[in-house]
Amino acid sequence: MIAMLLAGGQGSRLGVLTSRVAKPAVAFGGKYRIIDFALSNCINSGVDTVGVLTQYQPLRLNTHIGIGIPWDLDRNHGGVSILPPYEKSTSSEWYTGTANAIYQNIEFMEYYNPEYVLILGGDHIYKMDYEVMLDFHKNNKADITIATIPVPMEEAHRFGVVIPDENKRIMEFEEKPANPRSNLASMGIYIFRWEVLREALIALKDQKSCDFGKHIIPYCHEKQQRIFAYEYNGYWKDVGTLHSYWESNMELIDLIPEFNLYEEFWKIYTKSDIIPPQYISADAKVNRAIIGEGAEIHGEVYNSVIGSGVYIGPGAKVCDSIIMNSTSIGAGTQVYKSIIAEGVNVGENAFFGWGDETPNKVHPDIYACGLVTVGENSVIPDGVKIGKNTAVSGKTSHEDYPNGELVSGETLIKAGDAR
Amino acid sequence: MRAIGIVLAGGNSNRMRELSNKRAIAAMPVAGSYRGIDFAISNMSNSHIQKVAVLTQYNARSLNEHLSSSKWWDFGRKQGGLYIFNPTITSDNGFWYRGTADAIYQNLTYLRNSHEPYVVIASGDGIYKLDFNKVLEYHIDKKADITVVMKQLEGEEANRFGVLKVDGDNRIIDFEEKPIVASTSLVSTGIYVIRRRLLIELLEQSQQEERYDFVKDILIRNKNIRKIYGYTMDGYWSNIATVESYFKTNMDFLNKDVRDYFFRDGSIYSKVDDLPPAKHNPGSTVKNSLVASGCILNGYVENSIIFKKVYIGNNCTIKNSIILNDVHIGDNTYIENCIVESRDTIRANTCYVGENDKIKVVVEKNERYVL
Repeated sequence: MIAMLLAGGQGSRLGVLTSRVAKPAVAFGGKYRIIDFALSNCINSGVDTVGVLTQYQPLRLNTHIGIGIPWDLDRNHGGVSILPPYEKSTSSEWYTGTANAIYQNIEFMEYYNPEYVLILGGDHIYKMDYEVMLDFHKNNKADITIATIPVPMEEAHRFGVVIPDENKRIMEFEEKPANPRSNLASMGIYIFRWEVLREALIALKDQKSCDFGKHIIPYCHEKQQRIFAYEYNGYWKDVGTLHSYWESNMELIDLIPEFNLYEEFWKIYTKSDIIPPQYISADAKVNRAIIGEGAEIHGEVYNSVIGSGVYIGPGAKVCDSIIMNSTSIGAGTQVYKSIIAEGVNVGENAFFGWGDETPNKVHPDIYACGLVTVGENSVIPDGVKIGKNTAVSGKTSHEDYPNGELVSGETLIKAGDAR
Repeated sequence: MRAIGIVLAGGNSNRMRELSNKRAIAAMPVAGSYRGIDFAISNMSNSHIQKVAVLTQYNARSLNEHLSSSKWWDFGRKQGGLYIFNPTITSDNGFWYRGTADAIYQNLTYLRNSHEPYVVIASGDGIYKLDFNKVLEYHIDKKADITVVMKQLEGEEANRFGVLKVDGDNRIIDFEEKPIVASTSLVSTGIYVIRRRLLIELLEQSQQEERYDFVKDILIRNKNIRKIYGYTMDGYWSNIATVESYFKTNMDFLNKDVRDYFFRDGSIYSKVDDLPPAKHNPGSTVKNSLVASGCILNGYVENSIIFKKVYIGNNCTIKNSIILNDVHIGDNTYIENCIVESRDTIRANTCYVGENDKIKVVVEKNERYVL
């Protein structure tokens, strides 16, 4: 079985976090990136041939994955291949949909000519043994197996749900049904028999924005192919919104987290550039936190996830926040409920999470739940106050903050820097 | 680079007390995330020495495991690479390495088959950063036969090292190996630069005379005949071959200047262990300490170095101590002025206290009940 990992999406609901990196490359849990979970699942499941399809802002992904050394995916045969869109003699198009992206790499799959193809997304946090799913697929002599997860009935209307019979064969599909008849939500993970996938991709090659959920699966269903629902029961988190991203990071801090990174079994691998131990100074206070390698903590940290190489100055206070790799928080700065991306330079005595919860004026759907979100490599000057439901990106200076303040609900993106 | 490297990592010392039972000194964990030998081979890698041999002998299991892949130090190359030479029986030799010179002599083909004109020899138990290119330039400049990298010690006992006297031109005029009373505080760091052909010649000569030690039988005997120059290393240097100096070296990393010097530019490499970030649970307090990845902390930690994957239970107190890799410490335990050996399991409600000037080495092989 070979895996095709879809990692080309922007993840626009993560706002400024993904303005310059693809969502799968966003940092997670102190030292990881979101794609590490899918890649580690692959190698832990014995899948050693993985094609990673990239499109949106792939630089960080490319340098992160490299030749796959951290995941043991540097192989003589197989291993990891990065598959960007490319120019062909007859056409040159971008990946227009999930299935279209796979179709454009049909030669890659033909080269390995596997029995089965595993289709994955690169934007979920979970540990899953794809080999167990493959056994299920084989035992059922299935053409397609869709991984599903039971969700609470009252939330099922937000998902694409499947309705299986008693043998787990799928009878019907419903996309975001008003009155769901099942609570098994599709996880966007599929195992196909290669011939079945190949035939469907070629048959639908002219379909615009060809998508697995919208086109390929209905096409195969119509042809009466054997489609089964594999039920996964474990931690699975979509980190598609800032709130769910924040929440799933916070869940790692629990005394015994539901998603436990400290188990011997099923390790999660990542490329580590920073290896020294963290230093906690004599005046620091750290409680309920996970802290990455090489961090220097001189201030207070409560209920937060701190990435590798982060500096937190004396007298600074960080609560309920995520600080990603190599960011520096100046002395005396207070940070409440914020997500601060990589390489940000925060001055001294600033305040994040000030004032009331006015909804964001531009994107109330993205910047919500009282979070302050700061994009990567931003600069925040000394002494400014930043309100809730705000986003900041770029090298800002005092002129950008009228009365030294960015009131709640405002968005400050320095054009030119953010591109 | 016009040199090949040799790292002498076979050593053991009873001054490491119980810590040497488990491993060669070069494999001792250092500064939370590293091992002693990482410093020597990272320096070689950063100096673009492409071909490095590590000579091991005493209890090399831990060292071999650490060096099982050369890719972490950028030695996974077609040109050159990292070679590990354990002593072997051959048709014309049935001995262990009888000394440092003998160790190199037994691997003379490594020297013969290389084409680089120079050899850099270093020991695996030094903690330092050094650009060997600078030493080599100096060596060529001085038209030296052998260059010894030396260090002026401050307030430390010089008599466990090779003690040097130099003239105004830094030529070494006297060299005493581990004298009872040291006449100067200028010592050899165990780092040498020498022309490859000269090294082969000197090794063959001393082998004929059945002399096997590089310092005593080659350096000291040749000091009046050959031009042996000293190159002064500035910056941090420490040797970890005694419990006291091992403890002090680790504690030095609590000093910001030392940390910045070694860590800031990320130039010291080590084997990557894929451990999650350290977790500070409610009830844990950490003061002036280093904590490596994979740790779970529930107790009080002060002025200590906590190595990788350590678990510290509720209501524990760890003060002024070094807790090596993968130690499990049960609840309500008190540890002060100790070095706790790796993979130990410390029972709950126990107490281990060493003295400020006599650090206690704790080795506890209790059964561990995995949670």
